Amino acid sequence: MTRVRVRLTFPPERIQEPVIYHLVKDFDIITNIRRADVKADHGWVILELEGKEDNLDRGIAWLKEKGVKVDPVERDVIVP
Amino acid sequence: MVKLKGLKCRECGRKYPSSPAHICEFCFGPLEVDYDYEALRGVITRASIAAGPPSIWRYKDLLPIEGDVAVGHHVGFTPLIRSQNLAEELGVTELYIKNDSVCHPTWSFKDRVVSVAVTKAKEFGFDTVACASTGNLANSVAAHAAEARLKSYIFIPADLEQGKVLGTLVYHPTLVAVEGTYDEVNRLCSEVSDKYRWAFVNINIRPYYAEGSKTYGYEILEQLGWRAPGHIVVPCAGGSLITKIWKAIRECTALGLLERAATKMHAAQALGCGPIVTMVKNDTDVLTPVRPNTIAKSLAIGNPADGYYAYRSVKDSGGYGEHATDEEIVEGMLLLARAEGIFTETAGGVTVAVTKKLIEAGVIPRDESVVICITGNGLKTPDVLLERLETHVKIRPSLSAFDRALAELKSQSTQ
Repeated sequence: MTRVRVRLTFPPERIQEPVIYHLVKDFDIITNIRRADVKADHGWVILELEGKEDNLDRGIAWLKEKGVKVDPVERDVIVP
Repeated sequence: MVKLKGLKCRECGRKYPSSPAHICEFCFGPLEVDYDYEALRGVITRASIAAGPPSIWRYKDLLPIEGDVAVGHHVGFTPLIRSQNLAEELGVTELYIKNDSVCHPTWSFKDRVVSVAVTKAKEFGFDTVACASTGNLANSVAAHAAEARLKSYIFIPADLEQGKVLGTLVYHPTLVAVEGTYDEVNRLCSEVSDKYRWAFVNINIRPYYAEGSKTYGYEILEQLGWRAPGHIVVPCAGGSLITKIWKAIRECTALGLLERAATKMHAAQALGCGPIVTMVKNDTDVLTPVRPNTIAKSLAIGNPADGYYAYRSVKDSGGYGEHATDEEIVEGMLLLARAEGIFTETAGGVTVAVTKKLIEAGVIPRDESVVICITGNGLKTPDVLLERLETHVKIRPSLSAFDRALAELKSQSTQ
């Protein structure tokens, strides 16, 4: 099992969708939310994802396809 | 004197012992160094600082270093220049340029943060330091690791031109070119820092690293004769520098080094990558990540770690922010060079351009003191000016040819 800490930023059109529910159900990922701020026009969630590495990769790829931005909790660590 | 209490979460306030950690285990918020200011009050005085070396280490009591300084003994204490020419051009009465384009040894303010990070890494017993960087940070980490006799790993995206990394390779680090998108390289670096027991300066050592930026603020205050300026214009990338200059001002006020401070902090960013300034302009504490598209590469962080805290520094101080277009950035670089003889990188062009805009808009009154932050050297990335500069006169090697060319130039300048 692998664990990653990520920050999800939701586009406004995904705010009403049960995205994290699908992450759990469809990709067999354990989610553990630590902080979040979700309003009508924006939303972010900081959480831990735990699962098989392959499932995590597929789950994160699916999130990106949905337009959800997936970043490490440190955000941009590449410094120009 | 025991000055360090440890680390503290900036979000939930939970405390941790001093260690190479950067994320709160409970809320995943960023950790910050927690000082015992009661113990420091009265111990740090203007005189005690003045008796220190002409480097950032004169402020060592306000930095998270407990042992001896390991590297970067000559970093910092860069010139604060009272500008005449640029002040006239911008139409203000009291303008200063804090010039870190000549910071020793790698010509950018990153030497401040890296010398603190590498010294702390040695204190923690690491034998390897690392970073993910395409520019100034990579230069500085590789240089300080060489001085410290530590191994260093520098991660870069594989599509970066070789010419960009020569200034890093010369210090003999291990350069790891990662194939993949920006997001994939970014995620990998976060995972590497989690797995390997290395001092990743801007990840697991970040709480200590970031404190080095405070010295930029201390120096401005001390070089002004322990007086806080009315305005400071700061280029923003990750958002840490503006946050830490603001922290330095508040610390100096709390410790009695400053009598009063009413400094307004202004954020400067490129229009093609300005998420922090967008927060300020829209008056929202929610940062919307962007895809950078600007010539100001050294500020191109689309999802800045300290974006929220940078926004708070601006708002709490009563400052503002402004974007600069690529054209305005080049104009800013050329203006600073023409007026003051200082060749800065694009980030400095952003700062000059934004200062000009804030003055013209009346946000910075013309009779109040202003400090502009120049954080890097133009000689590292002169290519941005390639199409803007040209040779004025080309002649055969004869005096008569020169006489004619000179006469022509003079007639052009009088037209």
